[in-house]
Amino acid sequence: MKVINIDQKKWTKGIDTLGSSYKLIGPVAEKDFHTFEILQQGQLPDMSFTNTRLSPKEVVFPQSEDMFVYSLDQNDEDCNILKEAPKDYSPRVVLGIRPCDARAMRLVKLNFDTEQYKDPYWLRLYEATTFVGLACDQPCATCFCTSTGCGPYHEEGLDILLAKDGDGFKAKVLTDKGRQLAEASGWTDTADDGGAFENARRAAEAGITSKVATDRLRQMDTLELYGADFWEDVSFACINCGTCTYLCPTCWCFDIQDEVHGKKGKRMRNWDSCMFPIFTVHTTGHNPRGTKLHRVRQRFMHKLKYFVDKYDQGIMCVGCGRCVQQCPVNIDIRRVCDLMNSYGSENACAAQG
Amino acid sequence: MDLKTPARRRDDKGGIVQNPYLPYPVRIDEIVVETEDKNLKTFKLVFLNKEDEEKFNYKAGQFAELSIAGKGEIPIGIASSPVEKGFLKFTVNRAGVVTTHLHSMKEGDIMGVRGPLGNWYPWEMLEGKNILIVGGGFAFTTLRSSIVYMLHPDNRPKFGNIDVVYGARTPGMLLYKDELIQWEKRDDINVHITVDTTDDPDWKYNVGFVPPITEQKAPQGDENTYAIVCGPPIMIKFTQPVLEKLGYDHEHIIMSLENRMKCGIGMCGRCGIGKELVCKDGPVFTLAAINRTPREY
Repeated sequence: MKVINIDQKKWTKGIDTLGSSYKLIGPVAEKDFHTFEILQQGQLPDMSFTNTRLSPKEVVFPQSEDMFVYSLDQNDEDCNILKEAPKDYSPRVVLGIRPCDARAMRLVKLNFDTEQYKDPYWLRLYEATTFVGLACDQPCATCFCTSTGCGPYHEEGLDILLAKDGDGFKAKVLTDKGRQLAEASGWTDTADDGGAFENARRAAEAGITSKVATDRLRQMDTLELYGADFWEDVSFACINCGTCTYLCPTCWCFDIQDEVHGKKGKRMRNWDSCMFPIFTVHTTGHNPRGTKLHRVRQRFMHKLKYFVDKYDQGIMCVGCGRCVQQCPVNIDIRRVCDLMNSYGSENACAAQG
Repeated sequence: MDLKTPARRRDDKGGIVQNPYLPYPVRIDEIVVETEDKNLKTFKLVFLNKEDEEKFNYKAGQFAELSIAGKGEIPIGIASSPVEKGFLKFTVNRAGVVTTHLHSMKEGDIMGVRGPLGNWYPWEMLEGKNILIVGGGFAFTTLRSSIVYMLHPDNRPKFGNIDVVYGARTPGMLLYKDELIQWEKRDDINVHITVDTTDDPDWKYNVGFVPPITEQKAPQGDENTYAIVCGPPIMIKFTQPVLEKLGYDHEHIIMSLENRMKCGIGMCGRCGIGKELVCKDGPVFTLAAINRTPREY
């Protein structure tokens, strides 16, 4: 297979060159974890991370984003009339996004890019972004991507896939966007790798041993699964903190709020979470998902059943394992997925443990 | 039968033509206090730009997001009818931040409207059928829109018998009283007005809750008859068995749901009942379709 060889020198030079035509976003070490941040001039992404604590979904879906601005000054001609907020949709590149997080963007796109409505904020940022992925040769114990339709070398949603090669990289260009970036960075040293890339992919995939079973989810009756007896047990320890939804690369729910400073105001959207009671409460006080059992069930049913039924593109989870690692009460989506998948079958008892 | 929303805002090139979150600017043209408790007002809104009015092409049963700069948005059923041109009407209960502020606004004030949103009562399918409308309290707004639509001379021949059962707590809590009285006098629609209680000795309509009045007055259900039901949860709960007793199939009972909403276009995620989103796949569902969802509304 033809790959581009990028040694350390070319990597550094290429990043430097890209800085003039792209906004650069990459992993940066911060205390004990990594986070995706905008890189300053001369700053290199730290590609020695396992995975970032938060997914880079913020690149196209900021945690807080202005939608409209307006004046509340009665003397103003346009008082009370909403105007588009100023936006920066200049080209940007995410360096080192993991294949699971890139695939997650494709799943989220199903929500924001529909036949009937197109979300301009999400789509414009997505279109402005080039995704340079970094293959995972050393997965975490909580990674289960290979059983979610993804994998450590998965290419979906990426423009370029990098794999570590000594202190440099081998690169596989996947799209026109990727080709443009490779040319702009001077990463053009193409050679046949003698199958090394493919071998590394197979080895990485073999290294992921944690798995979920999803084969029965689609055929399952929604209401039977909704009424399953395990939800009380699954939700018992949940404190509805919302951590799982904030760090999940496939969670997209948001709130819309107005904020006023003096006579100027803006309408913005902020990440929201199905874990919070206020997410669904009616003005009357009635709450259709009024208990934590309702809310925990909603999160898992949405990811593992409603989404599956609605789009027929598998589960709304890429197996990144963040929620497994960071849930303060150790709720494990792998266990819940197995409970759901085996519900009503002979294996149900085994999954319940 | 699933009541799907036909795609209407398709862009041939697949690009982004219009920001679906941007409200059209409108002026409050008239405010009418509807009820004796003064908690319900009807706002008549006029578009500032004529081309926006043309784009706002709606059907009876749809809703819109009313937008107030500095406060936010609120999803409200459209009370005016597609056959009424030049304005939109919304009847709004004062309840939360946005609606309370709206109730303090004056004629001439500028606000926004975003929509039309959601699906509508399935008018194409309802042609040639008998229609029973059952409404309670201030959920009568899109039903008013529907009645005005069906009674329009161009449309009335398209429908069979039209029966309406509409109830409120007291005579003073009925919406659109002048129109109700006019409809009551017509012979091409059977209007059964009822109130829970009244101390008015001259009250010449029904007294009683909506479900028993429906049982007494509504026509039998059959394959040519559809019921459209909109009201508070308690009314819906006790009306359903009445309609079943009258012979209405769950496919023939059409309901409009409410849930907390923000985006109104199926993106923000909160109004889901299973895989259906009330804002985009609804708000109109048959009872048969609702039966297939977890009833999280």
